[in-house]
Amino acid sequence: MTSHVLSLLVEDKPGLLTRVAGLFARRGFNIESLAVGVTEVPGLSRITVVVDVDELPLEQVTKQLNKLVNVIKIVELDAASSVQRQHMLIKVRADNQTRSNVLEVVNLFRAQIVDYAPDALVIEVTGDTGKVEAFLRALEPFGVKELAQSGLLAIGRGGKSITERVLRG
Amino acid sequence: MSSDIAQAVPRPPSRTASSPVLTGAEAVVRSLALLGVTDVFGLPGGAIMPVYDPLMDDEKVRHILVRHEQGAGHAAEGYAAASGRPGVAIATSGPGATNLVTAIADAYMDSVPLVCITGQVFSTLMGTDAFQEADIVGITMPITKHSFLVKTAEEIPGAIAAAFEIATTGRPGPVLVDITKDAQQASVPFTWPPKVDLPGYRPVTKAHGKQIQAAAQLLATASKPVLYVGGGVIRANAAAELKTLAESTGAPVVTTLMARGAFPDSHPQHLGMPGMHGAVPAVLALQESDLIVALGARFDDRVTGKASEFAPHAQVVHVDIDPAEISKIRTADVPIVGDVRDVLVDLDAAFKGMGAAPDLSEWWAYLDGLRGEFPLGYAPTTDGLLAPQQVIQRIGELTGPEGVYVAGVGQHQMWAAQFIKYERPNSWLNSGGAGTMGYAVPAAMGAKVAQPERVVWAIDGDGCFQMTNQELATCVINDIPIKVAIINNSSLGMVRQWQTLFFNGRHSNTDLNTGHGTARIPDFLKLAEAYGCLAIRVEKPEEIDDAIKLALETNDRPVVIDFVVSADAMVWPMVPQGVSNSYIQYARDHSPAFDEEA
Repeated sequence: MTSHVLSLLVEDKPGLLTRVAGLFARRGFNIESLAVGVTEVPGLSRITVVVDVDELPLEQVTKQLNKLVNVIKIVELDAASSVQRQHMLIKVRADNQTRSNVLEVVNLFRAQIVDYAPDALVIEVTGDTGKVEAFLRALEPFGVKELAQSGLLAIGRGGKSITERVLRG
Repeated sequence: MSSDIAQAVPRPPSRTASSPVLTGAEAVVRSLALLGVTDVFGLPGGAIMPVYDPLMDDEKVRHILVRHEQGAGHAAEGYAAASGRPGVAIATSGPGATNLVTAIADAYMDSVPLVCITGQVFSTLMGTDAFQEADIVGITMPITKHSFLVKTAEEIPGAIAAAFEIATTGRPGPVLVDITKDAQQASVPFTWPPKVDLPGYRPVTKAHGKQIQAAAQLLATASKPVLYVGGGVIRANAAAELKTLAESTGAPVVTTLMARGAFPDSHPQHLGMPGMHGAVPAVLALQESDLIVALGARFDDRVTGKASEFAPHAQVVHVDIDPAEISKIRTADVPIVGDVRDVLVDLDAAFKGMGAAPDLSEWWAYLDGLRGEFPLGYAPTTDGLLAPQQVIQRIGELTGPEGVYVAGVGQHQMWAAQFIKYERPNSWLNSGGAGTMGYAVPAAMGAKVAQPERVVWAIDGDGCFQMTNQELATCVINDIPIKVAIINNSSLGMVRQWQTLFFNGRHSNTDLNTGHGTARIPDFLKLAEAYGCLAIRVEKPEEIDDAIKLALETNDRPVVIDFVVSADAMVWPMVPQGVSNSYIQYARDHSPAFDEEA
């Protein structure tokens, strides 16, 4: 099975997220990550969902999603033709002995310190899934105390917009 | 709108002429009337009471008070399935709404255009576990085509109009409109038609010309084609177009449980019903074909048997209005998304354009051989009780093809699908996908309301009948004279059959004690009489015809016939679950000896 990134343009209606998430659950498709937010068009939201399925089931996922009345458009975004980003907040152990080593890792990955305590740092990092995971592995030896991460966000490269054809309608 | 008469004092445009001020509740009833609804089924309660006030004396919309909301749901389904018009069910919040759930699930599985309107608690109380509060939109999300939660009176006409559009177009299905009590009570200007804005809802109806050509090409070159006809042909009202294509191609036709009546049983190209209890020629025609043209069918497991071994040599043309059905179970070589009625017309034209029709004589010789060797039949009973198949066959023969036959679920359903001869679409109603016991009586009631001039039979089991027979009260009081044939084998017959075949004859919890030699709890005669029906009991073969004739002559009240039949009768042929259709058994331990690679 492989991961696929789907971008859903949806009407911003109550219960919409339940409809989408419920469909994945009852049809037996696993969601790896999910991110929801409004778009530049009032009334339209965008759901970025990473789903772990083979090619044929993927076709079934998109067809079933398309049947949801509030789903307007679905685009699969592959890594080559889109920009994909994840955001992560990590609380890592750092005292006077280890702090400079942690900072070195933070600088290497162009991450940022966003909170300081004598025994810990909170670090934010943004990147594609590979970078974020590599960063996490690099910090693990110091002791990761807490982790919060966003779903993957993705947007197509180039001048075209997912909302374009919808608005021309 | 413009007027030559100048107004002395400027004032806002009058709302009285074009937009009368109505309560939300009045808007519900007015919207239904404007959508052409003439009959609704329902039962009032606290959260839907405002709607019941204008419903009381509305001249256009007749409300039929049921005895259980499930009955309202199935009645609306039967109404829709018999007439093609959308069915409407109304219930209150909480348990009223949850009682509709089974019927909604049933309509979802069988693509029935059903609109359910439920009351919801005040919007200010939602989420507080208020009295009779249930999140019915949430509960029904997986089993509705769409749903609306309406919290303001302004939204009501638009939501109801959208619900009807969604329920009746594309692949039909159930739509729920849940309306809070405060939205019903508020007063707002009523405008019609409302703006229905569904940017994400665009069913494809016109198929791709290239795909039609590809399908026609396959039909023109196949040597063992089969038209695999599903319920979509009935919902699309495409029986005439199907007949045209069938006769152009000369291909054999099979009609699934949901499609019985889509193609006349009397037609020489009709092989009958495929599937777990299908006719041997129909099952083997699919299994050995080199081309399956699936028309509004969805390769249900009860048709395919073990899907990976289904029709191993067949190419597949799959026509469906729902793109998600295509290649869901069986990969289609030629997928065609569109309204099957239009596709049939286009496909017929494209096929005729191919020139000479293929020679199917060898294929037909094989199929006719199967027809001769394995005709539909049944063994006489050995316990002296009636053969249920004979009872059902006589009901069909004495009533004729203009009748409407509505079945419950189980053995009697299969026998009714096998032994009644269907000649027209919408004459056979049943719960195919969901397999809902208790469907028959209320669905027959709905069918009779939709088509009062037709004879409507509920062919029910003694188990099914006990789930929803309270609607006989509705039938008697509202003068809906349906006829109920209880095929009373005193047991949950289909489960009992499987216990006999697959559980070493251990009949665990399937005896119902309603039949011969039991305490008869309940006594169906007394029950039917208590409801004010004409009640008849039949125990001997020579009484069958007289009872059916008496029922056909009685139209001043519903009729219930208790046919006391043998519990040992089984449904044959049968493909055991989970194996290839090649293992079809004509009777117990009797498989056709056919050559896979003849």
